[in-house]
Order: sequence, then C-alpha cells, then structure tokens
Amino acid sequence: MTKTTEVASVNTHRAATSRPSTKASGTSHPHGRRAWGQLLRRATPWLFLAAPLVLLITFTYVPVGNMIYYSFTDWDGISPDRNFTGADNYVQIFTRPELFRVFFVSFYYLAASVAQIAIALYFATVLSFDLRFRNLFKGLLFFPYLINGVAIGFVFLYFFQDGGTLDSVLSWFGADTDHAWLGDPESANTSLAGVSVWRFTGLNFVLFLGAIQSIPGELYEAAQLDGATRWQQFRHIIAPSIRPVLSLSIILAISGSLAVFEIPYIMTGGATGTSTFVIQTVKLAFQFNKTGLASAAAVVLLMIILLITWIQRRLVPDEKVDLV
Amino acid sequence: MGKTKTLAGALLAIATLTATGCSGGGAPSTEMAEAPADPGKATGSITVLTQRTDLVQSGAMDAYAAEFNKIYPKVKVKFEGLTDYEGEVKIRMNTEDYGDVLMIPASVSKNDYPKFFAPLGTSIKMADKYRFSDKAAVNKKVYGIAQFGTANGFVYNKALWKKAGVTAWPTTPDEFLAGLEAIKTKTGATPYYTNFKDGWPLVQWTTNIGSVTCDKNATNKLAGPVSPWKRGSELQVIDTLLHDIVKGELSEKDPSTTNWEASKTKLAKGEIGSMMVGSWSITQMQDAAEKAGKNPDDIGYMPLPVLKGDGHCATLVSDYQQAVNAHSKHKEAARAWIDWFTEKSGYSAKEGAVPTLKSAPMPATLKDFVDNDVTYVERSETGTGKVNDIDNAAEIGLNKPDYRQKLIDIARGAQKGSLEDYFTDLNKRWDEAAKTAGS
Repeated sequence: MTKTTEVASVNTHRAATSRPSTKASGTSHPHGRRAWGQLLRRATPWLFLAAPLVLLITFTYVPVGNMIYYSFTDWDGISPDRNFTGADNYVQIFTRPELFRVFFVSFYYLAASVAQIAIALYFATVLSFDLRFRNLFKGLLFFPYLINGVAIGFVFLYFFQDGGTLDSVLSWFGADTDHAWLGDPESANTSLAGVSVWRFTGLNFVLFLGAIQSIPGELYEAAQLDGATRWQQFRHIIAPSIRPVLSLSIILAISGSLAVFEIPYIMTGGATGTSTFVIQTVKLAFQFNKTGLASAAAVVLLMIILLITWIQRRLVPDEKVDLV
Repeated sequence: MGKTKTLAGALLAIATLTATGCSGGGAPSTEMAEAPADPGKATGSITVLTQRTDLVQSGAMDAYAAEFNKIYPKVKVKFEGLTDYEGEVKIRMNTEDYGDVLMIPASVSKNDYPKFFAPLGTSIKMADKYRFSDKAAVNKKVYGIAQFGTANGFVYNKALWKKAGVTAWPTTPDEFLAGLEAIKTKTGATPYYTNFKDGWPLVQWTTNIGSVTCDKNATNKLAGPVSPWKRGSELQVIDTLLHDIVKGELSEKDPSTTNWEASKTKLAKGEIGSMMVGSWSITQMQDAAEKAGKNPDDIGYMPLPVLKGDGHCATLVSDYQQAVNAHSKHKEAARAWIDWFTEKSGYSAKEGAVPTLKSAPMPATLKDFVDNDVTYVERSETGTGKVNDIDNAAEIGLNKPDYRQKLIDIARGAQKGSLEDYFTDLNKRWDEAAKTAGS
C-alpha cells in the first residue's frame, strides 16, 4: 500500500518539476527577474522611510547643522557677510554672569516639577483603584494638558491680575492680600511655576496611571491577603514596577525646567526676573540680532540636557524589574 | 548598532555640509529706482509688504491702489500684510523674495542697505524735498523714503488735568510730577500708565532724545564711548523722569498686567491721565473717545516738560521708511507707487501724522504745538547705524523695552539696586561696547 503511494508521489513530483523548467526556458532572464524582486524587497523599507527621512533631514538635521555652524560666527541674522570667530560665543556664555543667571530661574521650575511628579503619582495611585467618578476625575486631571500653551498664558494673566480671579477667590475666604502676584521676581516665578504644574500634571498622571494599571491584579490580592496596608502596597508593588516611567518623568522634568519658554514668554515676556534660558536666547537672536551667540546658547542647552540624561542613565540604569 | 550609528553620522555630516554651502545670494544691482517719465507707460505687477494688516483687511489699501491706478493704469498693486512684520521680513531678506516695495525693518544694519535696496536718489536732492532722508542715507545715496513722521510728547486727557487744576503745560520735570500728584489726589485716576507688559510703549521714551537739548544731532552724539546716562544728558533726564513717576507711585499698581488696547479707552474715559506715545496715537485715542461716548477734543498732546530758552522742543522722527527691493524687476513701477503714496495719497494726513514732504502742512492733531510755538527738531539720523551697532553689542536696547522694564522694576522695588547704580552700569556697558563695535 505504501509502496504504490510512494511511487505515485515520486512520479507526480517528477512530473511537477518538469513543468516549470519548460516554462522557465521560455523567458529570457530568469535570474534578472529574481534579482529585481530581491532588490525591491530590500529597498521597500527604505522607500517607506523616504518621506519621514526627508522631513527629518530638512526640518531637523539641516537646521541643527546650520545652527552649529552659525554658533562659530558673529552673524546678525540678515547681513550677507559672516565672520568666523571661533569659540568666542561659547566663551561669552560661560563668562558673562548675566547670561548664566537665567539658570537660577530654572530652579523654581525644577522644584515645581518635584511637586508635579508627587501630585501625579498620588492621583495615579488613588485613581487606579475602584473609586466613584473615577473617569470624571481622570478627565479633569488630564484636560489642562490638551489646551494650547498660549491660551493658558492669557487665561492665567487674568487669573493673576490685580482684582482678578485669584484675588476674588481669596477674598471669599477673607484673605484679602494686596499682593501683586506677578510683581516681584520670587512671587512671579512661583506663580509661573504653578501654572506649569497645572498644565503638565495631567501628562505625568496619565503615564503613571498606564504603568500602574499594567501591574497584574493578583499581586494586590496576594498582598491584601498577607495583610499589607495601602502604603506598603505602594512601596513594594507599585513603586518598583513604575521605575522606568518614573525615571523618564524625571528626565523630562529636568530638561523641561531648563527649556521652559511658552508660559513665561506669554505672561511676562521675561520681565521682572522671570527670563529663562530659552527666552534669553530668543531675545539675543531676534532683538539684539546676535544670531551667532544665540545659536551657541542653544547648542549649550542641548549639551547640558544630553549630559544630564547620560548621568541619570548611569545612576539609575534601566534594569528589568521582575515582580512575579 | 554600530552600522546605524555610522549611517546617522554620515547623514548628519552630509546635511551639515550642504547647508553651510548655502549662504548669501547673488550681488544685487545698484541701478537707481527712478520714477517713470510717462505715467501711462509704466507697467508691471508689484507687491507691497506692509505691517498695517488692519488696512489691508479693511480694504483701505485697495482703495488707495484704485486711486493710484487712475494715474498709472498699467501698474497692478498687490498688498501683503504681515502681522509679525519684523520677524517675517528679516527672514525673507535672506532670499531675493521680499516684495517690490517694503518698509525697511529695524533689524537691518544701515550699512547693509545698499545690499538689499535700490538707491532712490542722491542725499542732497532728497534732503531738499523730503524730511527724514538721512535715516536711510548711505554713502551719499538715499535708500528709503519715510511714510510719515511723528512728533513726540505725552498724550493726555485735557478734561482730567483741568479737573485736577492744571491747565498750562508743565515746564520742568518737577512741575510734571506735581501735576501727576494733583491728578492722583484730586481725581483718583491713574496719573500715568506705563504699558509695561506690552513693552513697545516704553520704547517711545527713546524718541524724545533731542527734545531736552533741542539739538538735532542728539542721536549722532551717542556714537562713541560718551556715557549716555551721565548727569545732564538727554537719556539721564528722560529716564529719570520715568523712574520718578514710578517711584512716586504715580503709575498703575501692577505693571505686569497692563494692556495697550484697554489703555486707549481708559485714557479717553479719564481713568488714565497721560501716556508717553508718539503723535500717531492721537487719532487712535480720539476714536476710542468717540466709541466710549466721550468728547474727542478732550484728547490733548503736550511736549516733554523741559524748556530750552523759553519754548518747548519736540523731536520729529520718521516712521517706517519705504524702500525698493534691489532684486525687483519693476523698479520704476515700485518707485511710482512710493512717490504717489507719500505725496498724493493723503495717507499721512488721514493718520494725523507729520508729512514727509517738506512743503506739506502739519496735521490738525498738532495744532496745539503750532499754537504754542513748539520748536520742531528734525533729528539727524546719519550716525544711527553706528549707534545701533554699539547698542546691540552692549545688549542694552534703546529701542527695546527690556532695559526700561528693568528701570521700572528698580523704581518700584521689584528688583534690587538704585537709579545711580543702574545708570553707572549702563554707562560702563555702553562705553565698553563703543570701543569694540562700530569699527
């Protein structure tokens, strides 16, 4: 029985192989067609990437390359002549105190980001358990992140105005402070940092919430059976598993507080000691026509952020956390 | 991983090299833009860049173009209104495409004018016919014609000042401060509004350079290590007045939340006593008064409270200058537009501004100045290029709001320091920059 089927299969197989060879001999370039197909197959991913690559090169790499080139000249942004000045711009940035003073303003925003991460973590933890109106609270917390930064700036100008929203609300509670919220550097920077917290807490909240919700539920049950309190659950289950998201948030917070621009620019224009590094760079470039110096400032900012990221990666390496 | 890194590095290097190769266009032509001899024969389609987006949108500019076409039927005029005029035009001037007629942006260094604009005439001939011709004069050729000019001083609410008991113009800074004090105590209105937040109104104080000493070379004298804020100098008097106004609590309570548009209505209604803005603002204040149901004649204009001899002086400064693009293909038509717009269109009279043509009369809004024999000082701008270079190198910004914002902050105690120390520091920075820049 098997022998006949085997023979039959061998026969059919031999017949099958004979057919394509007759067909193949009819065409002229059997290897050409195969090579073209292979080439197309290897080039397809690059063809898909062509559009984003072109955009990336045109709008990111070419301008950055230009900027690095300008940082070694004394170009004023308009004149057709540019003089090469070497590292003079960089020396200026590190030796002129008024240029470096703006970094101190970033400390306000750094402190605000610490508060921001803490608040976001708290809400993410609380709202990952079953609570009434959970989704409403999630929506309310995330909503500010969706609003345009310029609109937020204008709205909060009215908020902080003399006799504006904040003063009115405080007067309901009887605390009639005659304080000019944007009047002096400390108060203004704190108020602006507060606006930043209001705006970005939602983003951190959503990131943490996603990470927390990926923890399998059995762990909580097991912990509860073992008699763990909420705080102990947080410390030993939630915190280790959201470490990667937490370290990402910290990098974003540090680079964000160095590069903060929108809110202070719209609200105070950088006056009264609220000028940040990026605001100063923009003013150098477009008001004083020192495009070379401003380009050097931008490159310095990029280097600082890269350095901080590298340090953070060294101190808190990305290890896989095994919970189960 | 290594391969993608080298590939990325190669891409970046290629991008950088190609980018750095692109710098500067071809040499512009130096042909003079003359007006056409026969109006009927001038042809071409020209683009006019302007910062007056409000006039472009309301159709007012098209109405002017229609009038223009009655004399020059074959020239087609198109307008491009740019909201962020300075920023956009500065970038466009890195190419050859920046309209046929444009206003000269403040950020272009005067010595670069020949590289971007076509010469319009020789300095001597233009100075005979037009005011403010030396603002755009480089190497004895003039590259721009002013749209109009403004006189400088304080716009104030006459009715409010009368209520406080002041009817005559103050003649010294102390008298002015006393007047503001009277307004504060007798009427409760804000005597002076700084418009700190919008910033540009603070720059208007700089246009008074020349009103104190009645010297038309006042700006030119700043081109060097001259310590511009030393005792008795123009800037020292001007900035000290501003400082004293704020220090005496004669301005608004929270400068960081001021609003220009709202301030116009407030001045018209008598909630604000005075503001330092150019005379171009008089018509805007009068409009605001009409809208608020108040009498537009309450809006008055007074010169800086400093007497030279027995009269006040007010500087006349040029507004934006109109120029012809050096790369334009229709220079004749462009020049025809500029000439017609400056001389025959009635634009400066409508704006209540000082006309560029020397032979044209002063506007009605400045009637008080004419009646009170205010001396007009047409400020010479021959040294402006060098002064701006020193200013930018020192990063002070005479025409930027920043250093005055800091002055106001010092006056109200929001930032540390005293007026004397601030002036000393500004003098030092100016003198140091004067040694290196402007060479």
